[in-house]
Amino acid sequence: MSNLITIFIAAAFVNNFVFYRFLGICPFLGISRHIKSAVSMGAAVTFVMVISGVSTWLIQNFVLDRFGLPFLKYPAFILVIASLVQLIEMFLKRYHSDIYKTFGIYLPLITTNCAILGLALLNSILKYNFTESFVYSVGAGFGFTLALIIMAGIRERLEIAPVPKPFQNIPIALIIAGLLALAFSGFASLSLG
Amino acid sequence: MPQPIKDFMKGLWKQNPALRLILGMCPTLAVTNMAVNGLAMGLATLFVLVASGIIISLVRNLIPSKVRIPCYIVVIASFVTVADYFLAAFFSDMHKVLGIYLPLVVVNCIILGRMEAFASKNPLLNSIADAFGMGIGFTWALVLLGSVREFFGFGTVFGLTLLGSWYPGMLVMKLPTGAFITLGLMIALMNIINERIKPSGAQ
Repeated sequence: MSNLITIFIAAAFVNNFVFYRFLGICPFLGISRHIKSAVSMGAAVTFVMVISGVSTWLIQNFVLDRFGLPFLKYPAFILVIASLVQLIEMFLKRYHSDIYKTFGIYLPLITTNCAILGLALLNSILKYNFTESFVYSVGAGFGFTLALIIMAGIRERLEIAPVPKPFQNIPIALIIAGLLALAFSGFASLSLG
Repeated sequence: MPQPIKDFMKGLWKQNPALRLILGMCPTLAVTNMAVNGLAMGLATLFVLVASGIIISLVRNLIPSKVRIPCYIVVIASFVTVADYFLAAFFSDMHKVLGIYLPLVVVNCIILGRMEAFASKNPLLNSIADAFGMGIGFTWALVLLGSVREFFGFGTVFGLTLLGSWYPGMLVMKLPTGAFITLGLMIALMNIINERIKPSGAQ
């Protein structure tokens, strides 16, 4: 049990996907302008992360490893992720149109979100078992959402700040991300078992 | 200027993928703590970009438009596997340094973006020119970012000692923070330069 808590905290804070592993930077810079859309995007990513983290684990262990096909890993993973995203989109559109309205528009973007494929690859490199992969996916999604919300909170205030013209938009967002990364690097001193 | 040369030139500066279009941020930030890592990642991306550009430009009229994105992804993922195995066989140290960021070239938005926006609509020669331009534009941005971070972080550039052993090295440049802030400053600098040269009216 304590092992699982360690994995969760490592994924969410110490090795935060955005600030430590640089995964999912494109939506992080693009979407994080308002807290509301940051929450929806974060929820959508977490949802897809957990489902794809679990399914790529199954593919890795029951198909690729079993039949000795390691060279098909990247095409297989990315196809699984792409079709899952499509399935989730169709499912939500049909049965939960209110949820679809909240984060449906972000779903197609998620296929090319490196955080999703990154998570699948990390699960396979770190050789996690099924439960550990699940917890790691939830933690990573939580950390990503947290990063998005913090950033959106800062950028909402930034809109009324007099930023010099060359720094407007992306450069200032990157510099803020740098300072946040510095703050998150404080978590590195947490000694985890 | 003939069209293929125009297609090539635009990736170098005007539509530089990393500094103007803000695409492919994950590898840009993640592997540029040293100049040589940036170079390796840039070249790997260039290879995948050119190879998949050739294939997709050749089969662009055969793929039904509804399934085009999955087709592009499979082509890209195959070439990334080739690059991955090549590096693992001949440059295994570099392969370890690039880690998961090499397979992540599969979802690099530059590549899928160029396939969708350019290679799927243009003939072979133009697509190759476009892929080379984008790849080289991406590579120089990564090498520059890597050089700046290596210079301040370790006092070296491409492993060459420039600042002698008295230099303690700026820890922050080796950390993720250094990547974010240096890239932010580079993009701001690029905005300033573009603002200055605009009145002379190049294109």
